[in-house]
Amino acid sequence: MVAPRVTGTTYAPLVKGVTQSYIWLMSFLSSLRPGGRHGLSSRETRDPIGYAIAAVNRLAQSDLIDRVGLRKQTEQAVYSTTRNGFRVATAAGRTYARAGRRTAGERPANAPSRGVFDLTPTEDESMLVDVVQELAAELFRPAAAAADEACAAPAEVLAAAQEVGLPGLGVPESLGGIMEERSAMAGTLVAEALAKGDMGLAVAALSPGAVATALGLWGTDEQQQTYLPAFTGTDVPTAALTIAEPTVLFDPFELSTTALRDGDGFVLDGVKSAVVRGAEAELFVVAAMLDGTPALFLVESGTEGLEVEADPSMGLRAAALSRLHLTGVRVGAEALLGDTDGVAYTECVRLSRLAWCALAVGTGQAVLDYVKDYVNERQAFGEPISHRQSVAFMVADIAIELQAMRLLTWKAASRATRGQDFAREVALARQLCSEKGMRIGLDGVQLLGGHGFVKEHPVERWYRDLRAVGIMEGAVLV
Amino acid sequence: MINLETPKKQAQLIDQAHQLAMNMLRPISRKYDRAEHEYPKELDMLAALIDGVSETGATGGAGAGGVRRDETPDKDPSKVRNGANLASVLSVAEMCWGDTALLLSMPRQGLGNSAIASVANEEQLERYKGTWAAMAITEPGIGSDSANLATTAVKDGDEYVINGEKIYVTSGDRADSVVVWATLDKELGRAAIKSFLVRKNNPGLKVERLEHKLGIRASDTAAITFTDCRVPAEDLLGSPEIDTKSGFAGAMATFDNTRPLVAAMAIGCARASLDLTRDLLEQAGVTIDYDRPAERQVAAAAKFLQLEADWEGAQLLMMQAAWMADNRKPNSLEASMAKAKAGRVGSDVTLSCVQLCGTLGYSEGELLEKWARDSKILDIFEGTQQIQQLIVARRILGLTSSELK
Repeated sequence: MVAPRVTGTTYAPLVKGVTQSYIWLMSFLSSLRPGGRHGLSSRETRDPIGYAIAAVNRLAQSDLIDRVGLRKQTEQAVYSTTRNGFRVATAAGRTYARAGRRTAGERPANAPSRGVFDLTPTEDESMLVDVVQELAAELFRPAAAAADEACAAPAEVLAAAQEVGLPGLGVPESLGGIMEERSAMAGTLVAEALAKGDMGLAVAALSPGAVATALGLWGTDEQQQTYLPAFTGTDVPTAALTIAEPTVLFDPFELSTTALRDGDGFVLDGVKSAVVRGAEAELFVVAAMLDGTPALFLVESGTEGLEVEADPSMGLRAAALSRLHLTGVRVGAEALLGDTDGVAYTECVRLSRLAWCALAVGTGQAVLDYVKDYVNERQAFGEPISHRQSVAFMVADIAIELQAMRLLTWKAASRATRGQDFAREVALARQLCSEKGMRIGLDGVQLLGGHGFVKEHPVERWYRDLRAVGIMEGAVLV
Repeated sequence: MINLETPKKQAQLIDQAHQLAMNMLRPISRKYDRAEHEYPKELDMLAALIDGVSETGATGGAGAGGVRRDETPDKDPSKVRNGANLASVLSVAEMCWGDTALLLSMPRQGLGNSAIASVANEEQLERYKGTWAAMAITEPGIGSDSANLATTAVKDGDEYVINGEKIYVTSGDRADSVVVWATLDKELGRAAIKSFLVRKNNPGLKVERLEHKLGIRASDTAAITFTDCRVPAEDLLGSPEIDTKSGFAGAMATFDNTRPLVAAMAIGCARASLDLTRDLLEQAGVTIDYDRPAERQVAAAAKFLQLEADWEGAQLLMMQAAWMADNRKPNSLEASMAKAKAGRVGSDVTLSCVQLCGTLGYSEGELLEKWARDSKILDIFEGTQQIQQLIVARRILGLTSSELK
């Protein structure tokens, strides 16, 4: 039994009364089915008393009654970013002037290799990091708590990120961007610096750049000429790179979303998750299986068959995570981004994981800096708690593992920048950043005790954000 | 420009070390594990070979003495260097991939040689050339608390008179000299601790016994007593001044240089386990996929990924510490981080590989069980895991040793 869902497009007042009651009933019954709802495993069964209690409980939830009928269309957007299970059409798309030819586009050159072990960023990278660090400290960190609460990134934060040129970071100079060579290393340092401010805001700010970088790396001349000018201009479109899907044991190389050939073009069907700022996004890169191999497709918002549903999650709330539903979405031949043999796609998955590693390092550094001061100030038994080995050793281990995470991430990034294979390095970085990053988040809260559990301190947010690192695919890219 | 690859100019050296480890150490690895305290005579040939290659300059200064800080004026300070420190840790790791105990038994490559390289003056360095120096710090009453040692050195004319008992002296029987830590004045604490080079033929020095051990059995571990042991004053390493400001720095500077080396040993030993385990798993049909999420792979592959990631982290921390030394940056913090991470990863990797390989790994038929025994000492000597955590914590938190005990 599949219950119909509330959708924005069926919100016609005439049929509302009848339809809503039906929908309410069906969704109520379906919510009582075993299998995952309300955190129940499918092994749970309800007896008659259980059904009665569940029904009373359901009626008692006044905001639901409130939802049926009283919500105005204008409130929908605000509502949909903070509540899940509510779908609307994607943002009205802008019109991109088609240009260029369907031949391979510009490609950034590989950085040269000097063969010398070195941990010093280049001058350009250092300058970039200085700027971004300031942005993160002055703007991102102060805005983080409110953005987490609101499930939205403030406009001024996003504008500032745009102003320093983040969306053009992965775009070759010849196409109006700021990079002369492959930018994986610079992108890694930038993501690390931003996430030290706030991971959720960093993801929100880096999302358009992920799409621009993908266009720079794999776009045809036509795709680059059509879309990239917008990303290096003054009014950068909101854009999202979507790979993840809401399934258990998700594997980015075995997607449920499909692309079927249809004449010259393709028809896309499926559901993507962890879509950054999905409700506002004007351009999506969607991963789908084409002839059994994963591939990337450019989909403009407003295309028929696209619906977006808010999907607020444990953390990264400032990134306004959403689900994107694709139902018979028709795109042209020019929508295919990169090749059909999975090479570009595999690189995309790896570069995205690399970006998540960098974010973990940045947030881990935020935790270390914060707990360091806290344990030195917090008094217990007549002295700072940092004077106790059980506390001090936790801080030492955070510092040790964090530096190991950073070095692994940098190694993978520098290999990518030089055009060397980095499959192994990024896999190891992801493993360490996922495992130790979460440990750092966990210990960060533990070191503050009860104070770590309340929102007065940022450590509980970092705990929630760091859980994302081993789970996420797509969204960010270096 | 950020790059964490093995330096291009050291690739050949590391390859040579790997070939030596494979073809000279591995074939005798089990033999001397079983024949504890028997001198591995094959190593004399190997040491001669290494000395010969060193003369040509082809080793880039790698070896126990490779940790000396270069004090000559820098022609181009902006130039990033990959020097003897990196070459040393990378080649030591390769040799320990062969056999950790045999590396520790390598003539003229003792930890005492690293101590000499770290704190001796130029005149001493020249005079001690060619010696094989063991290192004597630990005493029956003190382990990690080396500032509190009881061995004394009393100035008497042109000589110092050393009295005390040292234990756990690696290569203490085979080496021809011992670097001994002793205090000039117990009242003055750590500042008064100095190191001395004592020749093994000194009548005041006596090797009391050799230990029977869990691992690194091919390496001799001696207990040595010093009874009115007279050494010439010029065999005090570094400065004889008791500088209460720089405190322990003189003798302790040794650790900044030897800790990355011990990290290198753990990294080499653990990689031996990883390499063999990967091969055995592949023969059993388990391949490690770097793209597929770990939770979509069999548990053994997922476990292997975790081990390899931890191992790589330790390896890069070790390279960082050595790179900083090569580029004359203070590296106490990074040296301790590398030692802490490599020490615990060494144990986790070697023990987990035995677990993954079952009774095959547990049996003396393979070397996996040996590596799991050898690795344990690497989380203990040159500062235990806990001492490294203490050093890192004090540095990060800005605390003194009286605040964070």
